[in-house]
Amino acid sequence: MSINGKAYVAGVYEHPTRKAVDKSLAQLHAESALGALADAGLGKNDIDGYFCAGDAPGLGALSMADYLGLKLRHIDTTECGGSSYILHVGHAAEAIALGKCSVALITLAGRPRAEGMATGTAPRNYGSTSPDVAFEFPFGPTVVNMYAMCANRHMYEYGTTSEQLAWIKVAASHHAQHNPDAMLKKVVTVEEVVNSPMISDPLHRLDCCVISDGGGAIIVTSPEVARSLERPLVRVRGAGEAPKHQMGGAVDLTYSGARWSGAMAFEEAGVKPADMKYVSIYDSFTITVLMQLEDLGFCEKGQGGRLVSDGNLISGVGSLPFNTDGGGLCNNHPANRGGLTKVVEAVRQLRGEAHPAVQVANCDLALAHGTGGSLGTRHGAATVILERE
Amino acid sequence: MASRSFPSPVPDPDTEAFWQAAKDGTFMIGSCRNCGEKHYYPRSVCPHCGSDDVTLVASSGTGEIYSWSVLRRADPPYAIAYVTLDDGPTMMTNIVDCDLDALAIGQRVELVFSPTEDEDGPPVPTFRPTAP
Ligand SMILES: [Zn+2]
Repeated sequence: MSINGKAYVAGVYEHPTRKAVDKSLAQLHAESALGALADAGLGKNDIDGYFCAGDAPGLGALSMADYLGLKLRHIDTTECGGSSYILHVGHAAEAIALGKCSVALITLAGRPRAEGMATGTAPRNYGSTSPDVAFEFPFGPTVVNMYAMCANRHMYEYGTTSEQLAWIKVAASHHAQHNPDAMLKKVVTVEEVVNSPMISDPLHRLDCCVISDGGGAIIVTSPEVARSLERPLVRVRGAGEAPKHQMGGAVDLTYSGARWSGAMAFEEAGVKPADMKYVSIYDSFTITVLMQLEDLGFCEKGQGGRLVSDGNLISGVGSLPFNTDGGGLCNNHPANRGGLTKVVEAVRQLRGEAHPAVQVANCDLALAHGTGGSLGTRHGAATVILERE
Repeated sequence: MASRSFPSPVPDPDTEAFWQAAKDGTFMIGSCRNCGEKHYYPRSVCPHCGSDDVTLVASSGTGEIYSWSVLRRADPPYAIAYVTLDDGPTMMTNIVDCDLDALAIGQRVELVFSPTEDEDGPPVPTFRPTAP
C-alpha cells in the first residue's frame, strides 16, 4: 500500500511574526491553525485529526485540542525536532489513506526570541535521563559546533570549501530580498559570508540561520475534501522518514538520514531527483543544505560543493531553485524548527503563489526535506514529494 | 590559557560502574560478549547485536581526531571533537592542553581525565595531543 494520491495539502500558513513578545505559545499555534484553515476554506469543526511535536505547550495534542476545542478521532505527536512537520505530512497521508481522519491539522509555534533563549551557542541539556547527556553535555555540544564538525569532516573528505558553502547563503539572500517578512532582506556576496565572524570553525555567522519566533500550520485532507475546495490541488506523492544516530560509536558525520528518507520518498512517488522543479531544503546552516542535497541524490556524494556554487540554487538563474522564501538562512526559522515552513513554500510554488520574482515556471513537482535534532549527534530525516494536479 | 569548567555528569544505574572506574583513573568502553563489538557510550544493551550480555573493558585511551570545532564565541573558546579510539568507537569529547589554532583531523591524541565542577563529581574523559 502506498500514500501516493491518497491525500492533498489543502491549506498552509506561515505566521508573519518574527518576535512574539505579546503572544502566548498556545495563541501562536491557534493563530497559525486559523490561518491554514482560512487558506483551505475550511472551518475549525472540519478538523478530525491533529498533529503536533515537542514545541506544543503542555500535554501537546491534548492541550491544544482543549484550547482550540477540537473534536478529534486521530492524534499524532511524533517528535522529531525541526523535521517533525514534514514527517507529519506523511503520517497524515497515512491516516487519511486508512480512513482514520479526513482533515488533518499540523501546527508549529515557538518564542525563542521573546524568551531570550541562547539558541545556537549554548549547550542544551535534555535532562539526566537522556542516556547520551552524561557522555556529551560536559563537553559543551551546541547547535553550531555540532554542525561545524560535520562541515569540517566534509571538507576533509571531499575538499568542500567555505566559498562553496557561502553560495548557499548567497542564493537564499537573493530570494529573501523579495520577501517583505524576511528577517534578512539584504543580498550578500560570497566574500561577505566568508568574511563574517567565525562562530565555530569552519562556520561563520552568515553560515547560520536566523533565530525567530513564529509558527505555521498545514491542512492535509482526503481527495474528496480537497476536490470540494476552491484551492489548487496539491497531491502528496511520496514520503519517507529515517532517524540517524551515532550507531554505537560508528560515527559518520559526512552523510545524513536523507540518504534513506529520500530514497523511500522517491520510490513511493515513482519519480527521481531530476524531476523536481523546486526543492525546499532544511537550512539550519549552509552545510545542512549541502549534505542533504547530496544524500537526496541531486548529485554524487561529495560533489555538493560544485552543485550549490555559482548561483545554481537561485530561482531564475540556476538549475535547482531552493528555498525561494529566503529559508531559515534569511527569512524565518520559527521555534528553531524549520520543517513546517519548508512545506509552506513548496506549496506556494506548486500553486504558483510564490513571489513573482522567484516563482518557478510550470512548477508541478516539488520536494520538501528536513533534518530535526542535530546532524552531529542524532537526527530525524523526513522527505515529502508533492505534485500539483 | 584559561580552560572551561566541565559540568559534572550524573551517574545512573546504567553508568555507575563507568563513572566509578573514571574516578579510579581507568577509562572504560562498552564491550559485547555476544558479538565481540565495542561500543560507546556504554549502556545495558549492545547497540550492534541487541544482546544484554555486555561489559566494560579498559580502553587504551589513544586515538585520533575524527572531527573538531573551536567555539570561538564561547568564553573561553573551547575545542569540541569526535575522537576515534584505537579500540574502535568514535566518541564526543574535548581536546584540552592544546593550541586551539593547531588542531587537525587525523591528529594523534591521548586520554586525560578532566575534573568536573562538583567536588565529588566524576572526572570526564578528555584528550590532549600526543607528544611527538
Ligand atoms: Zn553485540
